[in-house]
Amino acid sequence: MNALVAIMRFELLLAWRRKSALATTLGFFVIVASLFPLGLGADPQLLRLIGSGVVWVAALLATLLGLARLFAADHEDGTLEQLRLSCVPLPLAALAKIGAHWLVTAVPLCLAAPILGLQYGLSASAIGVLVASLVLGTPVLCLLGAMGAALTLGLRAGGVLVPVLVLPLEVPVLIMGAGSVEAHMNGLGAGPWLSLLAALLIVFVLATPWVVAFALRISSE
Amino acid sequence: MLTDLLPAPNLLSATGLACRRGERRLFKGVAFSAPAGSLVLVGGRNGSGKTSLLRILVGLSSAVAGSVAWCGRPVATDPLAWAAQLFYLGHASALKDDLDAAENLELACSLAAEPCSRDARLAALARLGVAHRAGLPARLLSQGQRRRVALARLALTHRPLWVLDEPFVGLDAIAMAELGQLIETHLMRSGIVVLTTHQAVDLVVSRRIVVDLDAASLEAPA
Repeated sequence: MNALVAIMRFELLLAWRRKSALATTLGFFVIVASLFPLGLGADPQLLRLIGSGVVWVAALLATLLGLARLFAADHEDGTLEQLRLSCVPLPLAALAKIGAHWLVTAVPLCLAAPILGLQYGLSASAIGVLVASLVLGTPVLCLLGAMGAALTLGLRAGGVLVPVLVLPLEVPVLIMGAGSVEAHMNGLGAGPWLSLLAALLIVFVLATPWVVAFALRISSE
Repeated sequence: MLTDLLPAPNLLSATGLACRRGERRLFKGVAFSAPAGSLVLVGGRNGSGKTSLLRILVGLSSAVAGSVAWCGRPVATDPLAWAAQLFYLGHASALKDDLDAAENLELACSLAAEPCSRDARLAALARLGVAHRAGLPARLLSQGQRRRVALARLALTHRPLWVLDEPFVGLDAIAMAELGQLIETHLMRSGIVVLTTHQAVDLVVSRRIVVDLDAASLEAPA
């Protein structure tokens, strides 16, 4: 247990020491989401329609940025070997690392999302649904991305391969996430979509760490 | 002396280990039995599979054939319990560039569930002669200093088996002597040390076992 806490604590500390990487993710998110109004014109009706989808796509791409390196540094400096030989079962260690990654990359996105929502003219309640869907959805994105990162560990083209592997798998999350806001704006209620996202999150939290650990063992054999 | 820390009798044995790397078969039929207090020296030319053998011993890689046993029990049945018996230091020193030496040591100790006080960590760093660098990020340390920080774990661990991959590489004479002393003390406390090295190491040990991988090699020597 202490070791798990230590993994989390040092992941957060390392993230804090590399603040610029985190700022890059957040900056990327804000810029991508801000490019659409520039390209599509400033029709408020249109922007309100596409707002939730754009923010979700931007969040999806932004979470991918740091993920390719999630295990690569540990693999190169030998920490992964020590993790495999530590007293923590590897799936739990992987979950701790993914959790820390979510905290430092995705939580800032969720916090910045309301501002982007305002930019697209979303109502306060729609922004609430958007943030809720991001809070439920981004952990799934991180877990899926971690799977891709673990599978491509040690491959030369790994960094490029991760998006190609992971993006198709992330489509359902995107549909549910953007769909929840759209349903809310159409007066259908976002409940079912958010419940689906939550269910997806539970399944992934329970299943992904084992897949990641298995892939890490193979890649670092 | 300190036998309560290391429940005797320690016995590391390997039988018929064979290793394949991709299409290449590295060695087969590697066997040895190392009772408490033995120094196992793994020798062989470059590429003969020394690192592979060590990784198989600690459970990081799997052997094509053969098995490793600790105190008579095969280790493959419970990898987590096996990992708790050993300290492994690979080629890479497992240091995080953005953590300082003391923090790196703390992370390594907590991963191994061997918590220790800050004073103990600083004492360990002092023993390896890097205490004055304890507050520097690891990326600012020289290669030898990084190795010393990683080796400071040896002064803190209570694990009965040490598996060290080229521990003497990059160390100066003083650090080599200190490392030698750490190994000798560990052997005297009925621990077991497995190491690979190309240097002639001058260690006073009662039982030395040499595993020559060239003899177990499947290719004609170059």
